[in-house]
Amino acid sequence: MKKIALALLAALILTLGLGLNAQAEEFQVAVAANFTKPAEKIAQAFEKKTGHKAILSFGSTGNFYSQIKQEAPFAAFLAADSATPQKLENEKLIKPGSRFTYAKGALALWSKTTGYVDDKGEVLKKNQFKKLAVADPKLAPYGKAAHEALAKLGLEKAVEAKIVTGNNITQTFQFAESGNAELAFIAWSQVCQDGQLTSGSVWNVPADLYSPILQDMVILKPGENSAAVQAFADYVKSDPEARKIILSFGYELSE
Amino acid sequence: MLTDADINAIWLSLRLGATTTLFTLLIGGPLAWWLSRGDTFFRRLIGAVVTMPLVLPPTVLGFYLLVTLGPLGPVGQAFRALGIPTLPFTFAGLVVASVLCSMPFVVQPLQNAFEALGERPLEAAATLGAGTLDAFLTVILPQTRPALLTATVMAFAHAIGEFGVVLMIGGNIPKVTRVLSMQIYVYVENGEYGQAHILAGGLMAFAVLTMMAIQLLNPKRKNKPLTGLTRW
Repeated sequence: MKKIALALLAALILTLGLGLNAQAEEFQVAVAANFTKPAEKIAQAFEKKTGHKAILSFGSTGNFYSQIKQEAPFAAFLAADSATPQKLENEKLIKPGSRFTYAKGALALWSKTTGYVDDKGEVLKKNQFKKLAVADPKLAPYGKAAHEALAKLGLEKAVEAKIVTGNNITQTFQFAESGNAELAFIAWSQVCQDGQLTSGSVWNVPADLYSPILQDMVILKPGENSAAVQAFADYVKSDPEARKIILSFGYELSE
Repeated sequence: MLTDADINAIWLSLRLGATTTLFTLLIGGPLAWWLSRGDTFFRRLIGAVVTMPLVLPPTVLGFYLLVTLGPLGPVGQAFRALGIPTLPFTFAGLVVASVLCSMPFVVQPLQNAFEALGERPLEAAATLGAGTLDAFLTVILPQTRPALLTATVMAFAHAIGEFGVVLMIGGNIPKVTRVLSMQIYVYVENGEYGQAHILAGGLMAFAVLTMMAIQLLNPKRKNKPLTGLTRW
């Protein structure tokens, strides 16, 4: 009886040990909320390929910055801009040399109504709409890009009184989605699936009208010495599968 | 209809609600009692501080909590010195933040009830030879039952609904700190409105039911023990 118990115990310890020795690693990744969908797909594909599991947290880039400064357990960070990762780099809170641009955002002028927005953006010049939703240029890179585009088109003064300001691009999108604003400057990724417009009408704002919306990724202190985290960053940066996913959600790649 | 992630989030919210209610009552009860037994400047100050979460925007409160409890803040450094892991990004951290946010909902009704109760029932109980515990169980508890019920339900309901503070303190980590309200946020950011509607609808139904429960369990006018007593 005693022998059996001992054997069982040994078997238990062995299986536990094997479990612990398995190659698969788990780590936490902070992801800018606007990159939720592609990040989920990328994490799935990465797990399938390597067995490592990236556990994703979603939030605003600004919140994550505060949290990382308070030693949040995130091993890596996919931000919605390049300014925040740069700031973290300057403050020596990242793995040296780990910062790179993983995606470039594309600005779009969108309406819920089919046929309302033409593919030249003439709807802005005609100026017959009542409200134009734009994200806060101080808080959201897409808001800054939208104001740059309006300035380049010489329309900033003309539409000024009609602008309603959203906190972020999700709120800006909701202003237009709910029909409270006929038009909104949003991220192309919000209304794009597999490279196609999902609903309404859109003008893909030409890239020369605004400075590039760069989204940077960094490896943070908790992930500094992990090969799995490095593999994840490499995967996001250069694996054809990851790049295909990023493109399919309406982002561009940096090169 | 509900994914595993949804069920995890709901379960986490329920656990947070229950734990928060317990601690808020344990701390808020005695605090409300102390606030109701005297009127000094210090008591008024503490009373005002307890009410602060009602006024401060959740993200502001969340940010200050994050900084205070974090490894660089005073509380965080004390924790470090004692070898205890710091609170942000843990379930315990959520509970601490949540207890603070729910505190006014417990202290306010209880303090009012304790004040309305006055000294006389307790003096009467003492005259009849009741000890402190006896008086608490047989006089205070039954007489302030409606307020206690309101406090309990409000603490629980508020802990379930809180978003801004717990997002800041919790970091939205699946299975650890991603509660129901954050799960809805993730769906909305994702553009998955259908799934968000299901959870939000459930939350709304929950809110209506709990508020109805307070209404039904606290009968109006009829048998209101407090008013009856003050007349006596």
